[in-house]
Amino acid sequence: MGKCHIRNHIRKLRFTHDEMTQQQLAEKTGVTRQTIMAIENGKYSPSLELAFSIARVFTTPLEEVFSYHAEDDSI
Amino acid sequence: MSYHEKRSIVSIISTLLIYAVYFMFVFQRYQQGSAHSKNVFSFWGSVILILIPVAIAAKIIIHIVSVIIYKITTAEDAPCFSDERDKLIELKATRNSQYVFCFGFLLAMGSQVLHMPPSAMFIILIFSLLVSDIFGEISQLFYYRKGI
Repeated sequence: MGKCHIRNHIRKLRFTHDEMTQQQLAEKTGVTRQTIMAIENGKYSPSLELAFSIARVFTTPLEEVFSYHAEDDSI
Repeated sequence: MSYHEKRSIVSIISTLLIYAVYFMFVFQRYQQGSAHSKNVFSFWGSVILILIPVAIAAKIIIHIVSVIIYKITTAEDAPCFSDERDKLIELKATRNSQYVFCFGFLLAMGSQVLHMPPSAMFIILIFSLLVSDIFGEISQLFYYRKGI
């Protein structure tokens, strides 16, 4: 299993959006709360569709929610 | 522990129970001489054909009971749909399970190359079914715990 190179700011964004719960975000994006929790903890890299859907909920560009970090951080 | 992790553990235990109980009956019939001489293929054929619906029915009943127990103990509904992560985990677990079964199938064929009795081939095949089923569930548990 490869190391997850995608980092996210979902927890911070939830907090700044009226302290949205994981369940509320899950309902808005059509996934389970466990999946939101796994993404937040870096245990799952979402599909492009789900990533865009999450960014849309926060009305934020995708790159402000997710960022890619290569193994050596050179990219 | 999430619902899916608990479901995998229940499934592993129930699979072991179903196979253990079923093969106690099979073993009794085997000792009575049902699998000897000419009818060895029909004996093992019926064992496998009966095992499939019995295992499916038992798993459905155990799943319903475990959902009810989950609801009572946690006051939380079991997820009513599978999202992309669930589907991906299920796919990977199924792939792992198939690898194990393929290995068992090759072993079963190998037993015939080595001129072992036909019963050995069927026992290896059924054992492969059990191990691959459990391996699939363990894979799911692993992916849910460690991430994917």
